[in-house]
Amino acid sequence: MSSNRINLTLHVWRQDHKNAQGGFKTYQAQNINTHASFLEMLDVVNEDLIAKGEEPIAFEHDCREGICGSCGMVINGRPHGLLPGTTVCQLHMRFFKDGEELWIEPWRASAFPVVKDLVVDRSAFDRIIAAGGYVSVDTGSAPEANATPIPKPVADIAFEAATCIGCGACVAACKNASAMLFVSAKVSHLSLLPQGQPERYQRVVNMIAQMDEEGFGACTNTGACEAECPKNISLSNIARLNRDYIGARLAPKQYDK
Amino acid sequence: MSILDSKIPSGELHEKWTKYKSSVPLVAPHNKRKLKVIVIGTGLAGASAAATLGELGYQVKAITYHDSPRRAHSIAAQGGINAAKNYRNDGDSISRLFYETVKGGDFRAREANVHRLAECSVSIIDQCVAQGVPFAREYGGLLATRSFGGTQVKRTFYARGQTGQQLLLGAYSALMRQVHEGTVELISKTELLDIVVIDGVCKGVVVRDLVTGKIESHFAHAVLLCTGGYGNVYYLSTNAKNSNASAAWRAHKKGALFGNPCYVQIHPTCIPVSGDYQSKLTLMSESLRNDGRVWVPKNKGDNRHPAQIPDADRDYYLERIYPSFGNLVPRDVASRNAKNQCDQGKGVGESKQAVYLDFGDAINRFGKKVIEERYGNLFEMYDKITGESPYEQPMRIYPAIHYTMGGLWVDYNLMTTIPGLYALGEANFSDHGANRLGASALMQGLADGYFVIPYTVGDYLSKMISSGNYKDVPTDHPAFKDAEKEAKGKLDKLLSINGKRTVDDFHREAGKVMWDYCGMARNASGLKEARTKIQNIRDEFWKNLKVLGTGESLNQSLEKANRVADFLELGELMIVDALHRNESCGGHFREEYQTPEGEAMRDDENFCYAGAWEFKGVGNEPTLHKEWLEFNNVKLSQRSYK
Repeated sequence: MSSNRINLTLHVWRQDHKNAQGGFKTYQAQNINTHASFLEMLDVVNEDLIAKGEEPIAFEHDCREGICGSCGMVINGRPHGLLPGTTVCQLHMRFFKDGEELWIEPWRASAFPVVKDLVVDRSAFDRIIAAGGYVSVDTGSAPEANATPIPKPVADIAFEAATCIGCGACVAACKNASAMLFVSAKVSHLSLLPQGQPERYQRVVNMIAQMDEEGFGACTNTGACEAECPKNISLSNIARLNRDYIGARLAPKQYDK
Repeated sequence: MSILDSKIPSGELHEKWTKYKSSVPLVAPHNKRKLKVIVIGTGLAGASAAATLGELGYQVKAITYHDSPRRAHSIAAQGGINAAKNYRNDGDSISRLFYETVKGGDFRAREANVHRLAECSVSIIDQCVAQGVPFAREYGGLLATRSFGGTQVKRTFYARGQTGQQLLLGAYSALMRQVHEGTVELISKTELLDIVVIDGVCKGVVVRDLVTGKIESHFAHAVLLCTGGYGNVYYLSTNAKNSNASAAWRAHKKGALFGNPCYVQIHPTCIPVSGDYQSKLTLMSESLRNDGRVWVPKNKGDNRHPAQIPDADRDYYLERIYPSFGNLVPRDVASRNAKNQCDQGKGVGESKQAVYLDFGDAINRFGKKVIEERYGNLFEMYDKITGESPYEQPMRIYPAIHYTMGGLWVDYNLMTTIPGLYALGEANFSDHGANRLGASALMQGLADGYFVIPYTVGDYLSKMISSGNYKDVPTDHPAFKDAEKEAKGKLDKLLSINGKRTVDDFHREAGKVMWDYCGMARNASGLKEARTKIQNIRDEFWKNLKVLGTGESLNQSLEKANRVADFLELGELMIVDALHRNESCGGHFREEYQTPEGEAMRDDENFCYAGAWEFKGVGNEPTLHKEWLEFNNVKLSQRSYK
């Protein structure tokens, strides 16, 4: 495939630290190879900035294969950019036009405070998982793996839910900054499997309580999260979570938080 | 006698680990509560170790430079995890997995460790399934498996092309459960700067908070480095951008010997380099070689579109040269053959540095739906990066740096030559010899973390309890303060050079030298040249580096500079090791030592040892220590996959 070169104007959110006043700064991205990824384009811009004596733009990234969930930024109002089902590290420059103007911002949510520039603190997600996103099984106490057959279609739906990468795009996309898609993906993954049954109802109660405590908003079933999720996590997971949650609430005292 | 004592238990090979487990001294629950263990890194090895030690009741601190433990690069492993379950009734067994791993490693791994790994493999699958890891299943509800390179059985368990993700999320959830229980303290966005050694024994670490820049010390009775490999020495690799060698290298400089640094795995199926902006390379899982056929045009300079090249004009060279294993030869063999074809001018694509991996036959045989189910996410990833669909035309692939078999030298207990300091997973050198078989990295990381370290660290700690010598060392001890001062001095130095070139610029240049001279094929004169080049780059780095900002806040350039400084020292050691090993074995291919057919030619008489290097100062000759490998249960032979 042949490559082209394009020029872009970037308006990038710059913020020194959590409590600093942030704002947009404008940069030119010049002579960008259309084979490059969006992050590689930012690498090029950063090398230019350093040469000019200006601190490079801070952004999170690691695997650059769309699986670690580190990267994420809002491009022209859309988390991870314009392409559906794609993390920003897998978004390539051939999808941009020469001369285009881009506004690049961090995830905006009070539960994800800005650390610097495009980097936000997503540790709230870890605390939600710590509240119950697991099967309590100590190492060494597992039964033989094939002792519990799981119907393939069930295992497949559980797998789809489990492919969430915890990037936080769902929160950034939601007008309420709700974390429901993230929480429901983990709840669904485990509540579909036989291994997840013993803690099924307590898990959902604990995780929701932690989500609320972290300051995420409520879910109003808008569906922006599903539309922007780079892993196409389905909204039906939220429905499944709601069923489990109601089930737990209808069993008074047993699953109190 | 060498200073290396591998501490392999006595007895028959298949009884060693069982006997060890039943006779190793234990630490009682009330004493475990008094003992502190620090785990650096939260990938498969680190998360599984931290979770398991927390469950046992130790006071654990898990430290990661990521914002969350779930981001560790184990997450990106695609194809699968090996286990000798023999669910397929196809002749698999623990001893066969053991043998194939030793042979795959070109007879340069320690027998006892590999056998233990094969034994543990079985329990790993049980543990992960119990955690809710959604492995692929058959319609009957039982676990599915597939085949990987270097084997003739189907022992690889998988979760589509995201096995590493699912296994890591399993270990991560176990870890977060312990964080919730209060047995593990999670310290994220924090990077190790140094190991603290007092009277020859590891007593803790110095770390830096990457957000505030604060440098502080943590005491521990034992420290586990679960920090992965050093593939990023080459700049371009399939490793994540932040993967680095600093923890292992700082330990090496504090006295831990470094084993077989020249053993690097080059993965045959990666998306080829496309330009100078390229920041990393993307792997296409080995599992694709179950159904994909590798070929190049028979004739040099055949520039036709692949669809227009008829079968008669294609050379399925792996199937032709290796009829028994075909497209599923081990990685080192597949990589070398791809290079040979390109060197002969038969490479494809714009750069001519690529071969085809073709799914046309498989799609015809099974239908698009089945292939999509098996490899859907990989095909999608390829399409996103290249803009070409593997359903319509063959993938273009080329070898790339992927994994490092070398690492910190450890004994059977996974302890380095510094007492109290352990290395697990890819960070150690122990199980894969000179070449790792596919789907064995996940197996090793989890075996080390879930099933090996809980016993072996107990052995060490029990002696502290029985001698009564387990008092905490306060972190205002001079050894901690000196290490903090030294680490801070280094960061200040990096910030103060104020030269002209960026970190990435240096890293790219050094990486290219390593790839050109210490990559897929090496020779003595090239390696000597490369050593001088790396030394020169290192000299310039410390005179002409430009890092902006301060050390008191998030500064990603400073983090990189600190890591690249270590790569520039480690790179030289890799060259020294490659130059000294006058043989070819596994991933280490010295052009002077090959069979008439172009296969790796070992020299068992002179080189059947693990080479462990002792640090003697930057720029000084390191000292080599040899751990001679004894093979009592397999016969040394030239590997044949024909």
